[in-house]
Amino acid sequence: MKSLISINDFNKEEMMQVLDLARKYEAEPNCPIFSDKVIACIFFEPSTRTKLSFETAVSRLGARVIGFSSLPATSIAKGESLKDTIKMVSNYADMIVMRHPLDGAARYASEIAGCPVINAGDGANQHPTQTLLDMYSIWKTQGTLENLSITMVGDLKYGRTVHSLLQAMSHFNPRFRFVSCPELEIPWEYEHFLDSRNIPYSQHNVLEGQIQDADILYMTRIQQERFQDPMEFEKVRNLMSLDASMLTDTKPNLKILHPLPRVNEIATDVDERPEAYYFDQARNGVFTRMGIITYLMNQ
Amino acid sequence: METKKKLKVSAIRNGTVIDRIPAEGLFHVIEILGLAKRDLQMTFGTNLESKVLGTKSIIKITDKFFEEDDVNRIALVAPDAVLNIIKEYKVVEKRRVVIPSEIYGLVRCLNPRCITNHELIKTRFTTSMTSDGIVLRCHYCEKETEQKNLQIISNN
Repeated sequence: MKSLISINDFNKEEMMQVLDLARKYEAEPNCPIFSDKVIACIFFEPSTRTKLSFETAVSRLGARVIGFSSLPATSIAKGESLKDTIKMVSNYADMIVMRHPLDGAARYASEIAGCPVINAGDGANQHPTQTLLDMYSIWKTQGTLENLSITMVGDLKYGRTVHSLLQAMSHFNPRFRFVSCPELEIPWEYEHFLDSRNIPYSQHNVLEGQIQDADILYMTRIQQERFQDPMEFEKVRNLMSLDASMLTDTKPNLKILHPLPRVNEIATDVDERPEAYYFDQARNGVFTRMGIITYLMNQ
Repeated sequence: METKKKLKVSAIRNGTVIDRIPAEGLFHVIEILGLAKRDLQMTFGTNLESKVLGTKSIIKITDKFFEEDDVNRIALVAPDAVLNIIKEYKVVEKRRVVIPSEIYGLVRCLNPRCITNHELIKTRFTTSMTSDGIVLRCHYCEKETEQKNLQIISNN
């Protein structure tokens, strides 16, 4: 029995197996191979995209979905511990997909549950299915995951998608550029991680000038609540925003990714550009999650 | 002429002497080994002169011999500690502490959003050494805690 809690739970070969399955499902999305299975989608905090994407993936695989997505209607509102909730749900389901606001909650759940657990986001920690769908998008658009130049922009301190993606891509000899303000720079443990693997990276405070040699531009949202001074937030946001005029002299294979939701870090005039890939990226989430569910069910 | 060194803390006949504890680490070591709750004859010395550490603490425990796993838990707060096993007033064995690769239930995770700080869960860390000292990586939230920020959980 295997769970997917952190992107580090999968080695390079396992990641590629999931991506191969995703490609297969993209070609043939309706594959009701798990019509005898029940999958619990338990969301301890609100989610739109991830929840819908998982429920679509489960449905296309023919399994039935149970679960909840608001706490007031559950025993948690009565003070039930996470341990008891997971014990109860794992009695009913063949697999648990879980989102929780606290870091490490998914790992803990996987140790208690009697069935595989998929982490659909645990606080600021990991969101490995987002990472695998990001990888699938990169693989699909670039034809390879090897030797790519990746520019990551925005909230690199708290953005869990950034942390997981750089860990996952570390298997494929990447080069990174990090663009953020000093308050939201990449945490030291990730610098330490990259140093220990001799992966080249550089840090910048302005987006302008950091796009031209990139294969992938990975944009993230900067949250206003990270700043005490709203003026400071505005200044930072302007330095980290992308508009169509900045996309000159770029590599022909450049693609722009964003885990969504976008606010205004990507101007809407970028949406029509051939480099814009963020909406296709979200669509890839369903196929990738079908691949993940299949891979774990078969372990 | 040979001069005999005078012991500042009296000798024991049988038991364990834990030497080279940093002066400020004495109470942590007592806590980690749960000595405050043990019905044992013990002598503590602190702010003693040390060629290695400048000042040090020392603990002498009569008729007590520790398991290796037990004593390695103090490596986080006393990485230079030496255990002297005493039999009939003689040191029969000297043991250095070794930093364990995994640490259970001893240290609090520094991340306030970690599940271990919200549910009754025994903490669990893997250890690694960097130029700044020991770094603990939480098994649950995956955040790293540096040695200078360690918070020891009261002995279990």
